[in-house]
Amino acid sequence: MKLCGRVHKYGANVNTDAIIPARYLNVSHPAELARHCLEDVDPDFVKRVRPGDMIVATTNFGSGSSREHAPLAIKASGVSCVIAQSFAGIFFRNAINIGLPILECTEAAERAEPDDVLEVELASGEIKNITRGIAFKAEPYPDFMLELISAGGLVEHTRRKLGISVSIEY
Amino acid sequence: MTITEKIIAAHADRKKVSPGEFISVRVDLVLSNDITASIAIREFDRIGVKRVFDPQKVVMVPDHFVPNKDIPSAEQAKIMRDFAIGQRLIYFEVGEMGIEHVILPEKGLVLPGDLVVGADSHTCTYGALGALATGMGSTDIAVAMATGEIWMKVPPTIKFVYHGRPQEWVGGKDLILFTIGDIGVDGAISSAMEFVGEAIDLLSMDGRFTVANMATEAGAMAGLFRVDGKTMDYVNPRAHRPYTVVDPDPDAEYAGVIEYNASRIEPQVAFPHLPSNARPISQVGDIPIDQAVIGSCTNGRLEDLMLAAEVLKGRKVARNVRCIIIPGSPQVYLDALRHGFIETFIEAGAAVSTPTCGPCLGGYMGILAAGERCISTTNRNFVGRMGSPRSEVYLANPAVVAASALLGRIGGPSETR
Repeated sequence: MKLCGRVHKYGANVNTDAIIPARYLNVSHPAELARHCLEDVDPDFVKRVRPGDMIVATTNFGSGSSREHAPLAIKASGVSCVIAQSFAGIFFRNAINIGLPILECTEAAERAEPDDVLEVELASGEIKNITRGIAFKAEPYPDFMLELISAGGLVEHTRRKLGISVSIEY
Repeated sequence: MTITEKIIAAHADRKKVSPGEFISVRVDLVLSNDITASIAIREFDRIGVKRVFDPQKVVMVPDHFVPNKDIPSAEQAKIMRDFAIGQRLIYFEVGEMGIEHVILPEKGLVLPGDLVVGADSHTCTYGALGALATGMGSTDIAVAMATGEIWMKVPPTIKFVYHGRPQEWVGGKDLILFTIGDIGVDGAISSAMEFVGEAIDLLSMDGRFTVANMATEAGAMAGLFRVDGKTMDYVNPRAHRPYTVVDPDPDAEYAGVIEYNASRIEPQVAFPHLPSNARPISQVGDIPIDQAVIGSCTNGRLEDLMLAAEVLKGRKVARNVRCIIIPGSPQVYLDALRHGFIETFIEAGAAVSTPTCGPCLGGYMGILAAGERCISTTNRNFVGRMGSPRSEVYLANPAVVAASALLGRIGGPSETR
C-alpha cells in the first residue's frame, strides 16, 4: 500500500496525554476523539490536518498512558502514517492492533520538516521525501507483526485463529 | 533466565525463552477500568465470542471517573458495569471500589509468579509482588478476555541495584524518581526492570508498589521485585490459591546493570513536564504552590497516608493552598480512619475524598486553572495532565507534598519542624 501526505513534525516524548488529554476520555468514539487530537501541544493540528497527512516525531512517541484512544484519535483525524525514531511499547502495540501504520526510521524522522511531502510504501518500508528528493528505509517489521498487519489488526487475526468468519463492524 | 523470562516461559509451556522472541502466553488475570473497558468491550464483541475465557480471571474496576463526574463518563461506566455483571466478572462497585492497582493486591487477586495484563499503563505496579504485570491497550485486553492468551515480545531485563540505607524521608518514590531522572523517560524502553539491593530489601510493600508503579515512566514494560519475607507476609493472608515464587537463575543474563548508592539520594521533586526532570529537594528553590495532592495508584496506600499524617499532625495547611488527600481503597480509608490520620487531615484543613484516580489524570476532584501549580504524589507531570495545559505539576513523595502544603511552597518535612 502506498501512502502520500504532508508532514506534521514533533519532537521527543509526545505522550498519550498530549495526543488525547484525559478530559476527553469520557467518550470513546474515534471521530469525537479526533476533534481534540494533539490539542495541548499543537492546538492548530485539528484545523490543519488533511486526509493522508503524516505525523513525524523523534524519540519515544506515544509514551505514558496505555489509552488506545490515542492511536484511534490519530487514525480518525485522517493521518495515514506515523513515522518516528522510536515508539513507546504500548503505543506500538496499540497502533498495530488497530491498523494505524507506524514506521521506525531515525533518518527519515530527522530530515523531515513541516509540510514536506512524504511517500511511504508500507510493505517495503520505503520512505521517500518528495520535497527534498531523498529516500530512506524503515526498520522492517518482524514476521509476527506482518502477520497481524496483513490480517487487518489483532481482532481479525484472533477471529482467524478461532475460526470465526462472520464479520461484525461497528 | 531472569524472573521475567521464567514467568513468560512458564506461561507458554516452554523450557526457555530469550529476549526478542514473539510468544503467545496464558494470562492469570485481565484488568480494565472505566476508561479503557468500553473500547475493550466493543472489540470483544467484534471478535464474535459470547463469554470471557474465565470470569474469575477478568477484573473490571471503575476508578478513573467514578463516582461519575458527568453524563458521558456515567455512560462509559454503565457499559462496563452491564458487561461485568452480565459476564459475572470480578467487579468492584462504588463503595467497595478502590484504585485498581491498590485494590487488586489488597484483595489477593495478584500473586507472585502470576502473569497479569491490564488496560492501564500502571498495571506494572504488581511487579512488587514478583508477578509479571504489564499495561496494554483495549484491543489487547479484548483478545485476552476472549482467549485467555496474548502475544508478547520477550523483553530484555535491566537490573537496578540500590546499595546502602535510604536517608530519613526518602522512600520508594524518591528511589524511582531518582532512577528515571538518571536514565530518562525512555531509559528502559520496552524492557523489564528488576529492583534489588539493600535499600530495596528495606522498603515496605507499600514502598515497593510505588517503585514498580513508575517503571512505565521509564518506558519499561514491567518492573519486578524478588519475593522475600515481606512479600510473603503481605501475600499469605490474602491468597486464595497457590502461587509460585520465581527467582532469577544464577546465570541470568541482563541487558545492563545499573548501581546507585541509595544513602546519597535525597527526597526528589520532578519538575514539569516530565517525571525525569527530578531534582534533590535541596536544589528546588522557592516555588509557591496552589494545590497539594496526596493519593493515586502510586502513593495512595496506608504508609503514604501515615507519612502525610506525621507531617500534618497539629499543623495547618497554608491559607493559599488546597490540600486534597485521596485514600486508594476503602480498606486504606478505614485503616487511616482507625489510626486517626483522617482526623489529622481534616483538622489540618485538608479535603479527604472517596477513593478515585480523580485529579491524577485531570479527571476531576482537583483540576488546575491556567497558571496554577500543584505538587502531587501522582506519577505524571505532563503538559495538561491535571487540568489546564498552562498549569504545572511537580511530583514528590507524600511527606514532601504534605510539608509543601504547610509551607505554601515546595519544601521538605525537615523545614516544618
